[in-house]
Amino acid sequence: MARFAMVIDTKKCVGCMDCVVACKTENNVPEGYNRDWITQEAFGNFPNIQLEIRSERCNHCENSPCVSSCPTGASHYHDIGGVVLVNHDECIGCKACVASCPYDARFIHPDGYADKCTFCIHRVEKGDKPACVSVCPTNCMYFGDLEDPNSDVSKLLKSRKWHTLHPEAGTNPHVFYLT
Amino acid sequence: MHELTTTRNNYQIDPVLTVWGWEIPVYLFLGGMVAGMMIISGYFLFKGRQKEPTCSCFYVPWVSLILLSLGMFSLFLDLSHKVYVWRLYTTFKIASPMSWGAWILILVYPVIIANIFIRLPKFVTDKFPGLEKYSKMLTDRPRLIQNIGVANMILGALLGMYTGVLLSSLGARPLWNTSILWLLFLVSGLSGAAAFVHMVAKNIYERELLAKADNGFLTFEIFVIGLMFIGLATSTEVHQEAAQMLLSGSFAPVFWVFVVGIGIIIPLIIQLFAVNHKIQHTPVAPIMVIAGGLILRFVIVNAGQVSHYLNAHF
Repeated sequence: MARFAMVIDTKKCVGCMDCVVACKTENNVPEGYNRDWITQEAFGNFPNIQLEIRSERCNHCENSPCVSSCPTGASHYHDIGGVVLVNHDECIGCKACVASCPYDARFIHPDGYADKCTFCIHRVEKGDKPACVSVCPTNCMYFGDLEDPNSDVSKLLKSRKWHTLHPEAGTNPHVFYLT
Repeated sequence: MHELTTTRNNYQIDPVLTVWGWEIPVYLFLGGMVAGMMIISGYFLFKGRQKEPTCSCFYVPWVSLILLSLGMFSLFLDLSHKVYVWRLYTTFKIASPMSWGAWILILVYPVIIANIFIRLPKFVTDKFPGLEKYSKMLTDRPRLIQNIGVANMILGALLGMYTGVLLSSLGARPLWNTSILWLLFLVSGLSGAAAFVHMVAKNIYERELLAKADNGFLTFEIFVIGLMFIGLATSTEVHQEAAQMLLSGSFAPVFWVFVVGIGIIIPLIIQLFAVNHKIQHTPVAPIMVIAGGLILRFVIVNAGQVSHYLNAHF
């Protein structure tokens, strides 16, 4: 069974926000909202300062608090690849999922339902890559199946150092950052 | 240095979560009050106090019914996809406290109505004389009334606990993520309900009893708040940050002045004098307790939304 994941090479990401624009265009994300965004984290002491630039989004966690807190089952794991999705016609807009996400990856769409990154499942099901991955000018983003040992994501996670966001939250996120 | 900048600026998400406005604290407060009233009324029924014509177990369930309906309306107002609200009742999600709550609320109604049927008010029996036979059916069976009392106590306790579990199950918000929140909300609901019944009770025995009980609930609430802080302050960095918000941070003034001072300590002192017959019973202390309970929900909901995993890094 497939398990989709995204791997982002922070050594190659320049924070150009092409991924953000592509997502907004592809998914018709309303003004004032973003399904993905750029975060810059600077740490260390001068002159030894490091900068990590990350393209962030929903982490499509394996142990998603948004799915378990949803009272109607609107938030669910998709049959293909374990992608976390929201069924708009089942969402009552109670915001439990928004409050339960340690990454604050969700928001309430102006139409009332909870919204977030879908890994562009509509494209993936047709064999395409998510919009953000397909437009990245530095090729820092990779998308694929973790269960396939020959996929780009599996190979990169085997050969490079990586981290996830807030692993202490116990959500088992599926967006990985190469360092 | 450790600096984080982001391009994200989602409405009601950034810079801090504000998705839950006044509706949720009001709903949690009213749910807690109803829970407390069900437990009090249920206790009186269990003790057979329905034989007393002025027993508060006759009018408290009417207040519960109104407050519960107002609470559910408040919850409905909070929903941003209102036309799909019926979806709550086409499924049961065992891992979702909100799903549990939706079903508990449905079970609570018939139990309160059963309590109401023990003695229907005159304006109801005048309009619907046929209902009187159901009332008689209950009054002829004291054991059944006792069971209605037990059902009120059990469902009241479940309702009161659920209002806390709803928040504490949301692990992303460290302030809520304490397993003692259900006890805090339950005891706060009990103290608010005891204060209300104490204020309106016609029966002098019940008024005295509930003033004494309220003193017990308020004292216990202080201990629970203390235990909550011990739990948070000895947990991870994010939980310590969350405790700090209430102990000395931006929510500290409102928490210590309105929740602890005006909502617990001052009314406790006033009621201690009243139950020792040093001063007369007045509505001042009960109003303070009820207002403190409402402000407690506002503080916990708002501060909980601000508390976050990210905060610990900066």
